Amino acid sequence: MIRKVVNNVTEACKGIENGMTLMFGGFGLSGIPENAIAHLVKLNNTKLTCISNNAGVDDFGLGLLLQKKQIKKMISSYVGENAEFERQMLSGELDVELIPQGTLAQRCQAAQGGFPAFYTPAGYGTEVAEGKETREFNGKWYVLEKAFEADFAFIKAWKGDEAGNLIFKGTARNFNPNMCGAAKITVVEVEELLPAGALDPNQVHIPGIFVQRIFQGKNYEKRIEQLTVRKRN
Amino acid sequence: MALSKDQIAQRIAKEVKDGYYVNLGIGIPTLVANFVREDINVEFQSENGVLGMGPFPFEGEEDPDLINAGKQTITTLPGASFFDSAMSFSMIRGQHVDLTILGAMEVSESGDIANWKIPGVMVKGMGGAMDLVASAENIIVAMMHTNKAGESKLLKKCSLPLTGVHCVKKVVTNLAVLEITKNGFQLLERAPGVSVEEIITATEGNLIIKGDIPEMKF
Repeated sequence: MIRKVVNNVTEACKGIENGMTLMFGGFGLSGIPENAIAHLVKLNNTKLTCISNNAGVDDFGLGLLLQKKQIKKMISSYVGENAEFERQMLSGELDVELIPQGTLAQRCQAAQGGFPAFYTPAGYGTEVAEGKETREFNGKWYVLEKAFEADFAFIKAWKGDEAGNLIFKGTARNFNPNMCGAAKITVVEVEELLPAGALDPNQVHIPGIFVQRIFQGKNYEKRIEQLTVRKRN
Repeated sequence: MALSKDQIAQRIAKEVKDGYYVNLGIGIPTLVANFVREDINVEFQSENGVLGMGPFPFEGEEDPDLINAGKQTITTLPGASFFDSAMSFSMIRGQHVDLTILGAMEVSESGDIANWKIPGVMVKGMGGAMDLVASAENIIVAMMHTNKAGESKLLKKCSLPLTGVHCVKKVVTNLAVLEITKNGFQLLERAPGVSVEEIITATEGNLIIKGDIPEMKF
């Protein structure tokens, strides 16, 4: 067994430098690496390029890095719900690249799996395709999109073991599995860190080979963005 | 009488057939789930990673690890499954999802759709809309026929930045049901009490009218 466990978030985040490209799992505030984000705020690295489907809210998620102006560029598919983000974007302080959600996922997947690029129908004929190679296959047009190149991927899983094997929960799974192994170093925080052998290999979503560092996360807030409920009768 | 948003959703629900996997966009499309016949089997996909989406949870039973693409707390139904984002969009681009219902700011007579960006206004992003419209075989747009100023949103050519080209198959508005054909918007049905003349006035794109146009049935 190859052990991937590090003692804490400080060890897990070792090697982060200004100007690096970082990936963050999560959809909205669901499945975001809360511990790593909180530590990045402390480290105060700047000029970061962040790849994440969303940009958090003003006081949570990646919004915390935005508040401290640590982010130079965001690559996302949807960035509403964040006043500071809007202010920095409109003032030109923040560079924003908006890309289709499936393209974002596949650019992670391509990086994980060794594909330099792929053709997708998403965005053909729109401004997303401007400046990109397009090609026709079987009568339909596609846009060439490239794999991401990132320094770190920050992942949140539900359960993990010492070997770095991961299991995700519900829709907190989202981009997390696709970003594992899609950057030079994949850092995973889990709600429950278990000894090797505790996870049934049949149930593992992501094998430890895609993970370099895993640690036991703590104090998960798991904030709900849109609470929608129904009344009992 | 022009239809309410609920009535637009109710009319679109008739297009949902037994055995369909359906992706619903935010806004009027979300309401469609409330009107699908109970005697057919349908599964709703939410592109953040769930098939077999159920209703909102009861108060106190909400789970932050279980949300839909609108970031709302949801539940799952028996037979549901979770998956990652790449697999979710494999379902979408791979045309495994049978029907996509989404809103639009503008639709053109050639089936182009614009629904993600208004120049000069804060841009939030396209989310999964570009993947959905570029891939689905069967796309129905739910929208109001005109904007607040009374101008048509069914145009010869979209004026806003596009989300996708030649992709919309059917449009259901507060005034009419229209199919997009090679030659433009073919009028299929009109809202109860709405005249063909009213629809002609409210449609800038080429409108094709063949024979008597029936009123919608619910």
